[in-house]
Amino acid sequence: MEYATILLIMAIVFGLFMAWGIGANDVANAMGTSVGSGAITIKQAVLIAAVFEFAGAFLAGGQVTKTIRKGIIDADLLSGTPELLVYGMLAALLAAGIWLLVASRLGWPVSTTHTIVGAIVGFAAVGIGMEAVHWGKVGSIVMSWVVSPALAGTISYWLFRSVQGLILNTNTPFENAKRYVPFYIFLTGFVIALVTMFKGLKHVGLETTTFQNYGMAFIVGLIIMFIGKSFINKLNIDPEADKDFHFANVEKVFAVLMVFTACAMAFAHGSNDVANAIGPVAAVVSIVQSGGEITQKSALPIWILLLGGLGIVAGLLMYGRRVIATIGKNITELTPSRGFAATLAAATTVVLASGTGLPISTTHTLVGAVLGVGMARGIGALNLNVVRTIFLSWIITLPAGAIMAIFFFFTLKGMFGA
Amino acid sequence: MARTTISSLFGNSPVKPLQAHMASVQECVVELVPFFEAVLEQDWKASKAQQKKIAKLENAADKLKRNLRMQLPRSLFMPVSRRDLLEVLTMQDKIANKSKDIAGLITGRKIEFPEAVSDKLIDFVQRAIDASAQAQTAINELDELIETGFGGREIKLVQSMIKELDAIESDTDKIEVKVRSALFKIEDDLPPVQVMFLYRVIDWIGELADLSQRVGSRLELLLAR
Repeated sequence: MEYATILLIMAIVFGLFMAWGIGANDVANAMGTSVGSGAITIKQAVLIAAVFEFAGAFLAGGQVTKTIRKGIIDADLLSGTPELLVYGMLAALLAAGIWLLVASRLGWPVSTTHTIVGAIVGFAAVGIGMEAVHWGKVGSIVMSWVVSPALAGTISYWLFRSVQGLILNTNTPFENAKRYVPFYIFLTGFVIALVTMFKGLKHVGLETTTFQNYGMAFIVGLIIMFIGKSFINKLNIDPEADKDFHFANVEKVFAVLMVFTACAMAFAHGSNDVANAIGPVAAVVSIVQSGGEITQKSALPIWILLLGGLGIVAGLLMYGRRVIATIGKNITELTPSRGFAATLAAATTVVLASGTGLPISTTHTLVGAVLGVGMARGIGALNLNVVRTIFLSWIITLPAGAIMAIFFFFTLKGMFGA
Repeated sequence: MARTTISSLFGNSPVKPLQAHMASVQECVVELVPFFEAVLEQDWKASKAQQKKIAKLENAADKLKRNLRMQLPRSLFMPVSRRDLLEVLTMQDKIANKSKDIAGLITGRKIEFPEAVSDKLIDFVQRAIDASAQAQTAINELDELIETGFGGREIKLVQSMIKELDAIESDTDKIEVKVRSALFKIEDDLPPVQVMFLYRVIDWIGELADLSQRVGSRLELLLAR
């Protein structure tokens, strides 16, 4: 291939741009609930997001990357013309990046995931042929977009109901909060660790058995639980605060829990959304490096995962912290006891999807989780218009991403030749 | 900066504004005591000033009511029914309206109260104000109700508050009977028009307590879903 170096550099630049965009906008939605509930400050949110987005992308981001990279398109059809796949992936990145930029300027609730999937399907179906798309896989991805908010909502509903039954709705809510919150902390650590163990660690060179996975996850959960317990014991209890609002001190205990679920959320987000940026990059890199051969078996180079992680953190530091601050100010009704249920449910759902290799929208999942808490009569007022705008954004984003990707695909093809 | 999906998901909870409205209503109602004291001393200057104050406070409550109504679009998803919530708001507002009407009627007609009636009048007004104060106590539990997700324990607490409110209201009924019978005994000696309006004032004070009780019963409807 003549333009190998140029194409490689383009892929890296576009990929970094996408990752930057995800860090600037998407992460804010994932972290905003934690800041809004008052559990963590903006500085802490940025720090947690930087560390755990990166960890999530690195440890558990492999499966979704694989789907984006080679799950949607039947690359065997392209073994004679590998450059088409390169152009297509570049076009998809460019289309998604630009669409996200435009949409977020206009304030539309678009999802990175939907844009990139729409873009890849678009260039493949039109630029290569309908048969080049794994429609079964695309179907299951689209299904997961509907299922994930519903699943997150169901989990958060029952999580919050359990909190009501065990803690809030008892005669001694504070004592019970101290007793049961550590178990929720354990659950958070356990779930995240388990999914990561099952799906994530192969590329780091760790092969484990099922039994070992459960054992490790259990130990991780226990360690995290004890860390949380020591924080809870150090809490400053102010009996005066309970005079005005009887649950002020109970919420303080939940705020400790919320710190852990915020970490889980950042981890989950990193594990799923980083793939949107680096999946196409990985596809381009593997073709270019193998000298034009489409190798379905090639492993994901670690440096590409690092690249995605870095891009996200850069976007977060440069722009995302401001978005987090805005969200934090807007969400004042969400107390830690609710915020934790919503974030833990969303994080669990997203990590599960990451493990299965399904690219889903973290933001939409979180919306489903918050609605679940609302169903349990836990939140003062929720704006259902958002659900409608989300459906609208699905209808607009998929074709928009596709059309732009098709346009860029043919432009690149014209520039570099077929 | 454009609002993100997550931040536009959260609406303004109606609880705090509803409580603020009730507090404003209560501020208005309690002014009836100094008003009646001035009226019974036949200090028309003081009572006129007091009546203006009540009208002003009623106006303030009205504004809060309108603001709250404006921020409750149909697309809002709340743990309580929107209709029941608006009913509670309307009932609360009627308490302030009635207070204003009472003060307005008495000042406008310079109604004088015969001694036999005035003895019990302050007690009567005070008990009616107790009723609205109790309604406010119950309304103030709404944020705890939401915090517990309308759990059984908190609901029982509010129900006991509403029971207490009912007891206060039936107290005012008893006082009202006494005031009426005191007036009945002397009504032949008074100008008929004055008697007519005296009965009306007594009626309205009684209604004040009724309205507070209705705030309580609407609140109960709000809890049951």
